[in-house]
Amino acid sequence: MNSQSCVSIQKEWDIVAARQMGREIAKQLGFGTVDQARITTAISELARNIYLYAGEGQICFEIVETLEQKGMTIVATDSGPGIEDLSLVMQDGYTTSGGLGAGLPGVRRLMDDFDMESEVGHGTRIVTTKWVR
Amino acid sequence: MDTKDLDAKSYTDFLKRYIETRDEQALYGAEQVSKSFIKNQISPEEIVHLHIQSLLEIYPEIQDQIQLSMNFLLEAMIAYGLAHQEYQLLREKQLRIKSEIDVAAGMQSMLMQSEVPNTDELDIGVISVPANQMNGDYHHFVKGKDGAISIAIADIIGKGIPAALSMSMIKYAMDSFPESEMSTNAILASLNRVVERNVDPSMFITMFYAQYKPDTGKLYYSSAGHEPGFYYSNKTKSFHEFEAKGLVLGVDPDTTYVQSEIDIEKDDMVILLTDGVTECRKGDTFIERDELLEVIKTYMHLPAQDIVNHVYRYFERIQNFQLRDDFTLVILKKVV
Ligand SMILES: Nc1ncnc2c1ncn2[C@@H]1O[C@H](COP(=O)(O)OP(=O)(O)O)[C@@H](O)[C@H]1O
Ligand SMILES: [Mg+2]
Repeated sequence: MNSQSCVSIQKEWDIVAARQMGREIAKQLGFGTVDQARITTAISELARNIYLYAGEGQICFEIVETLEQKGMTIVATDSGPGIEDLSLVMQDGYTTSGGLGAGLPGVRRLMDDFDMESEVGHGTRIVTTKWVR
Repeated sequence: MDTKDLDAKSYTDFLKRYIETRDEQALYGAEQVSKSFIKNQISPEEIVHLHIQSLLEIYPEIQDQIQLSMNFLLEAMIAYGLAHQEYQLLREKQLRIKSEIDVAAGMQSMLMQSEVPNTDELDIGVISVPANQMNGDYHHFVKGKDGAISIAIADIIGKGIPAALSMSMIKYAMDSFPESEMSTNAILASLNRVVERNVDPSMFITMFYAQYKPDTGKLYYSSAGHEPGFYYSNKTKSFHEFEAKGLVLGVDPDTTYVQSEIDIEKDDMVILLTDGVTECRKGDTFIERDELLEVIKTYMHLPAQDIVNHVYRYFERIQNFQLRDDFTLVILKKVV
């Protein structure tokens, strides 16, 4: 089974819309309050990055189900400037926001699976999943 | 039950007890549980969640506002929890780096250690303490076949690991010199060329090089921009600064150095040091070189090693046990 819903990110306000949709889906899937809050924070970080660095893009949600587990995938895509050094931005403490813990390393920590592709001048795509425990 | 469930249960119990009795013991319980949370890496948002669960368990009829306010708090704690996790990771990383440096520092001090030579004429004391883990000061002793004693003391502008690494190079360069057969100025000139070729131009090394020759009873010395030491004349009961001029090592490959000499008599004393000694600070003011001499005078009657130990302890204390720079002090007393 696989269903998808998306929010396009252009204005700061859209970040809130993405959070809201994400939280709804997480709740329906049976995530507890703490995980709902974590997923929502991850959505915020990804959507903010699109808004700040790429100008516009999309946040999509997918429900994934395997035989053993059920989860939620967030896919953040944009056609912005891309990220040159992925390992660098994944280092703790790298964020320009300076040690506030969140940023992309924070997203990886809030979620279970994390994958990122980026091409300079073409855009960035981040796919991250959390499984219901 | 695993520890997490146990903690959760005691949290609920203590909370209930506190609400019912306002009992200090329950608060003490909270403190203990909290430590266990930290130990088991329970994040702040999980604690808030636990709090909500406990409240609901004790008061199933709890007001909506309270529960919603708690959800709000939970949300607010997420970023805090992430920052905390990051802090913990960085802390672990820092500990790892520190222990690696400790190993390196141990290796370095073993490589660089120089045994104080046994001589009948001189009583020699030395102390060298790094400000951080690795020492950027260097000293060594060499005893020649004719009984001549050579002493090198060096300091690098800068401290920490880069300084310590440069000093290792100095040591290996000097090991290749036939030191006791060379004049003090020739040694500095050779070393100058090595440093000029091999050390980063932003690093400067200063050195004072001295040689005591028993057959002439003289101390010969040269300096490459090094903090001047002192000698104490027992005849006049006074201290004098060594006058020796010379460019720091590594600046100009063609620099030359001069060798000076003084007669050393019984009960005279030679004091060599690095600027970590004279640049000790009391609060915001540097100590005066006179203050150093006063301290030395106080302990002058003791064996050389005891003098340097006492001087070090004195300065360690006035700096609140936090050295700002590597500290090296060598004292020679002519005993016969
Ligand atoms: N979607 C994106 N497009 C281009 N660059 C991005 C994108 N997301 C992140 N970056 C770059 O990666 C850096 C790190 O991002 P992040 O970890 O979210 O921290 P922060 O946003 O606080 O700087 C950003 O400063 C930005 O340069
Ligand atoms: Mg960001």
